[in-house]
Amino acid sequence: MATLSREEIEGLKEMVGVFRAIKNLAQGLGGIAGGEAPVAAPAEGLPVVAPPPRKKELGPVDWTQHTIDPVTLEGLKRADQEGYKTTFHRALTMTACPIGKGGTCCKICNMGPCRVLPPKGRDETPEERKKRTGLCGATPETIAARNFARMVAAGTASHSDHGRHVAHTFLHAAKGELPDYQIKDVPKLLALALDFGVETQGREIKDIATEIGEKALAQYGQQDGELTYVKRAPLKRQEIWRKEGVTPIGIDRSVVEVMHMSSMGVNQDMEHIIRLATRCALADGWGGSMIATDLSDILYGTPVPILGKVNLGCFKEDTVNIVVHGHEPSLSEIIVQAVQDPEMVKYAKSKGANGGISLGGICCTSNEILMRHGIPVAGNYLQQEMAVITGAVEAMVVDVQCVMQGLAELAKCYHTQIVTTSPIAQMQGAYKHYAFDEHHALETARAIVKDAIDNFPNRDKNKVALPTEQQDMVVGFSHETINYMLGGMFRASYRPLNDNIINGKVRGLAGIVGCGNARVKHDELHVTLAKELIKNDVLVLTTGCSAIALGKAGLLTPEAAQKYAGAGLAEVCDAVGIPPVLHMGACVDNSRILMAATAVVRDGGLGDDISDIPAVGVAPEWMSEKAVAIGQYFVASGAYVLFGVGFPTINEDVCTNYLFKDIEKVYGGRWDFVEKDPMKMAKRCLAQIDAKRKALGIDKARERVLADMAMRRDLG
Amino acid sequence: MSKIVAANVIAGAHKIYEQTRKKYEKAVKKYGKKKEISFPNTGYYLPVIYGILGFPVKNLGDAGVVLDRSEQLIPPQVREKHHLPYLGPVLDAGMATLFNFEIFEAIRYLENSDFYLPAEEPSDEKLWLGAADDVILRKRGVEFVDGTAPGFAAVVGSAPSKEIAADMALELQKKNLYVFMAANYNGTTFAQQLIDAGVQIGWNTRLVPFGSDISAAVFAVGFATRAALSFGGIQPGDFRKVLIYNKDRVFAFVLALGDVTDEWYAAAAGAINYGFPTIADTPIPEILPTGVCTYEHVVSNIPHSEIVSRGVEIRGLKVTVTEVPVPVAYGPAFEGERIRGEDIYIEAGGGKTQAIELTVMKEMDQVEDGKVELIGPDLKDVEAGSRIPLGILVEVAGRKMQSDFEPILERQIHHLINYAQGLMHIGQRDIAWVRIGKGAVEKGFNLSHIGSILHAKYHQDFGNVVDKVQVKIFTDKTKVDELLAQARGVYAKRDARVEGMTDEDENTFYSCTLCQSFAPSHVCVVTPERTGLCGAYNWLDCKASFEINPTGPNQPIEKGAVLDERLGQWQGVNAFVQQASRGKVEKYNAYSIMVDPMTSCGCFECIAAVLPVANGVMSVDRDYKGMTPCGMKFTTLAGSAGGGNITPGFVGHSKLYIASRKFVAAEGGILRLVWLPKALKEQLKDKINQIGAEMGVPDLADRIADETVGTTEDEILPFLQEKQHPAVNMESIVG
Repeated sequence: MATLSREEIEGLKEMVGVFRAIKNLAQGLGGIAGGEAPVAAPAEGLPVVAPPPRKKELGPVDWTQHTIDPVTLEGLKRADQEGYKTTFHRALTMTACPIGKGGTCCKICNMGPCRVLPPKGRDETPEERKKRTGLCGATPETIAARNFARMVAAGTASHSDHGRHVAHTFLHAAKGELPDYQIKDVPKLLALALDFGVETQGREIKDIATEIGEKALAQYGQQDGELTYVKRAPLKRQEIWRKEGVTPIGIDRSVVEVMHMSSMGVNQDMEHIIRLATRCALADGWGGSMIATDLSDILYGTPVPILGKVNLGCFKEDTVNIVVHGHEPSLSEIIVQAVQDPEMVKYAKSKGANGGISLGGICCTSNEILMRHGIPVAGNYLQQEMAVITGAVEAMVVDVQCVMQGLAELAKCYHTQIVTTSPIAQMQGAYKHYAFDEHHALETARAIVKDAIDNFPNRDKNKVALPTEQQDMVVGFSHETINYMLGGMFRASYRPLNDNIINGKVRGLAGIVGCGNARVKHDELHVTLAKELIKNDVLVLTTGCSAIALGKAGLLTPEAAQKYAGAGLAEVCDAVGIPPVLHMGACVDNSRILMAATAVVRDGGLGDDISDIPAVGVAPEWMSEKAVAIGQYFVASGAYVLFGVGFPTINEDVCTNYLFKDIEKVYGGRWDFVEKDPMKMAKRCLAQIDAKRKALGIDKARERVLADMAMRRDLG
Repeated sequence: MSKIVAANVIAGAHKIYEQTRKKYEKAVKKYGKKKEISFPNTGYYLPVIYGILGFPVKNLGDAGVVLDRSEQLIPPQVREKHHLPYLGPVLDAGMATLFNFEIFEAIRYLENSDFYLPAEEPSDEKLWLGAADDVILRKRGVEFVDGTAPGFAAVVGSAPSKEIAADMALELQKKNLYVFMAANYNGTTFAQQLIDAGVQIGWNTRLVPFGSDISAAVFAVGFATRAALSFGGIQPGDFRKVLIYNKDRVFAFVLALGDVTDEWYAAAAGAINYGFPTIADTPIPEILPTGVCTYEHVVSNIPHSEIVSRGVEIRGLKVTVTEVPVPVAYGPAFEGERIRGEDIYIEAGGGKTQAIELTVMKEMDQVEDGKVELIGPDLKDVEAGSRIPLGILVEVAGRKMQSDFEPILERQIHHLINYAQGLMHIGQRDIAWVRIGKGAVEKGFNLSHIGSILHAKYHQDFGNVVDKVQVKIFTDKTKVDELLAQARGVYAKRDARVEGMTDEDENTFYSCTLCQSFAPSHVCVVTPERTGLCGAYNWLDCKASFEINPTGPNQPIEKGAVLDERLGQWQGVNAFVQQASRGKVEKYNAYSIMVDPMTSCGCFECIAAVLPVANGVMSVDRDYKGMTPCGMKFTTLAGSAGGGNITPGFVGHSKLYIASRKFVAAEGGILRLVWLPKALKEQLKDKINQIGAEMGVPDLADRIADETVGTTEDEILPFLQEKQHPAVNMESIVG
């Protein structure tokens, strides 16, 4: 159980101050306690409302303490000069709510919100603990678990709804109703047909794809049985899930179930709440996310190794600059086509953009089009505002997830158009909403691009400050790519990876994934942790905004192996020709890591379940609820998962204890938390990896086995 | 795969592709796409292409298809900065190179059919033998299967001197490895260096000169590929299994001697696909991480004195080197060496003098272990080029020794003497024939050393049954004649015992799973009346082998209840076969060719096939290369029935089994036999007639057709009718 930090105590004081003010106001006393300036009394007859929490005044800030990315640093300085506020600024003036942030605030009914914080600075007696409940008597662990479960549900809903949109587009594309979408990866389609039990013999691709699309969509509403992808997991893992009753039945059902069971007066048993949250999380990782990945691959192409570039240097002064930001690939894929259309390029030039059009991505949309087309990444989550601050972005096209509303206000300071496109995501203050319909995909894309071009003359040259920084990177490491690159067409397998884990040249695997978070030094945790792990011969797999951070740091180049990796890992990277950090895609593509882990298990020699392999998962700078869902499906799949910044239940010891310790007995995986010290994170990861190595008996150097005839006969 | 290696492989693959494409276009222009191309006498077309792609290249047009495919397999050159992953693409480039090499060599066979010498040994004019045909594959295959040859080294280039080459070859031979030689360096070749150093090369000494270009290295890979198809029972085109089979079971490695060119790199990448690493004597970049090969992939800058042992170690191979206290090199690789004309120091037997050998069992106190007596003159006492009489009497004693094992131990004398470098042994019993070369005598070899060899090897190989061994060598004619009389008495008794043994009399059969190292689902069941199908193991051999090594590949099988007397099916045998084939084979019939016949590995001496029109069966041995009445040559037949599969209508067997009373007994026995190759028929004539007589047809051999009568059913049928072959009037064989 962590004690409260200074910052949290400050925050609490702040909150308490507000409460007092409200109390005083209600009593007609006015003013905030403590002799400070009185707040104006509310007008007669108006309901009493709380004033906004008092903000700290922000003096000059040394932004080098808040980001390691030089481009972001320049952007922040520029924001200061212009007097604009960004998420970085707000993070300094507003602390996180200390009651909510550790899982101890219950606001699921109108008797609350109830706060069930433990006493500060001392241990509580059992009697005190017994008394510390919500109004209804809900225990802190129930409250923390319900909050946790709801985050899982929200995260699962996000990825899975994304997957649903992909599946929906896929189905209609398969039927030939969407002229702008085609089946691109037929071999993967046929492989998927096997998973879904779709007959392929003598059938047209169109029919196979249609049936797969229908079956994939049916996974969402399925009410009985098991999700199809469950069968992909190692057999032992499937048994654990069945025994625990966490094998997901249907995707939507699992989300609804969690929302229901965590509402007032339903599930009030912490472990059982976590169990249902687990089922929901598994419906994400082995359901919605995996559908999103697989069907996107078939529709847009399975990523293969490709050279890409990252950072805002992708935009030029003489080009129309368009950002695609968000998560789903269906529109961005078509925008990629639209910006390459010679007519559009010509039109851009006619408006004075002699260089044509530059397209760059932010967040996971960028990862999707980077992996498949090599389109440059403009930046990660915390750089969305920086893109606007360059003053040179004509349009930022957003869809869903991780899009900050602050963009709308900031964009008004420039000519930048914020264009929303998702039917479920509009934004007050945005320039325009294009309700994106796949039937008219190219038409919509062209309209958006045309708008942007038309906006080019509005660019204020005096406000343009374009960075030149861009880092090369080699990306495109889908599960299929890894399989191929380790053995070629004829010997494709994970064998070389397993062998080199067994012989210790590769100490283990680490997934470094997740978001950026303005509460910690931008990119620093990702980068320092990754450098420390590869230095210790851990091969890093990365997705999402973490991948972008590691890309900017140059870790996604093959040359990084010689520069940063330990001797063993460097040797393996040299043999295969890979970077020491492999970019596997968007955050929804963490499903690829599940497939990779399963492939490692299947290839043998490293135990018979994911929980046996020396691997860890870390989200050092996470912020989205999606991360919690991802973390939980990794834990339930047998992985050790370490979170930074904060942990949803950290102020509640019983639930936290279960998630950090006891859950391991069930799934072989568990949670862990280190606030913001990447070296400490690395140390924990290495300890975990070494423990797994020891359990496998591969912690010692192995003797070379020389085979005689009897051994060959025994091969069977 | 270091980047430099990757770049070289890709450059090499492109060059080889271009060369092959050019040669191909020229050939197409000259011969047309329909022109047939092939390697000599193989049922596996161009074996690497056939094994990996499952695509039989029969003509130039087919080769063009593969060329197109291989072009797609070769990746673009590696970028200097921020390169993409190259291991996978480079392995593909290596595979494409092997395809291209095969096409290149096949066109060479087409353009110049005399380019290679289709023989087991080079002639004075021609050094290069080219692709090994299926006969060699199956003959040598047995050695790979039973471990006498644990693997092969593909040597490319040449050593710095002929002396170094000879030393390396000798060490490879001592380690029992085959050496496949290709490519040249510095204006010479490893094979030429060996010739210059006076080393005997050819298949018989395991030093095989394939060709002087790097493209000839593909013959080694083709050999390995065919091992997977023929012994492993892997389907052509199941590339993954073919490659993993080779990684796990075929212990081969490449020794690259001299500057490694781009083409060599490309070939090495092809070999790595098979799990065959490269060990170089030059300082090229190393690839040490494991994965595709069992251990390292490329190891470089190894001194010649260490290169062989490093190769063995890197491949992960355990080699048992035989230490025998004689002044000459010793091992299976020297078995096939010939000693001729001027090289002969002495000769015994061979019709000119009497040579004889006998192993007998004695009481423990009658044998003094290690005692070797020479009775008569030694080598130093006779002039070079002499012929002498020779008698070898080995007396053994042991608590677990049985008189039944005597012939087995005695039969070892042949190869045990042959294993010594400079000694040659042919025949057995009283028709033995021994030559000792001048080279051996120069090194200090004397006749007592024969005793030393037998003493040492009997202990090594049969330690479980033999506790004491003493050897008497006779060169005194009177003594040899005395021994002859004694021996003939023993032989007669033994023959009578073996002759009288029947399957019905014995309750225990023996399994032989020796070749599961190569044919994982094959199980031989050896009965008194049916030897193992390779011809190497009879029931007594297996029995002895079990005594010697109780957990070894020969296990006793209690017959159990008779399920079908006619077909030869027993409960205990079925249960054993099921378990030993790992469930792949559920039951089998010992005496039938039509109903669940025994599985066939790949190293059978003969294969029998049903001839429905002639209403009989034919059998063909692997030495017969022509067409047979079933429409297939031995190679094709073997390819369709081998690999541990049950194939009704076909069964592999030993030569001797033809003269067994149980030969296809369910279908009417030897009276069904309507066709044999002439040479085989002559060889077995007496035995066939003897069994025929028992069944009422004393001149059966004369009624059996052979290739001089015809090689189709239609051609032989009139002959059979004219000769009143009994099969003609038997009930229909196909039921």
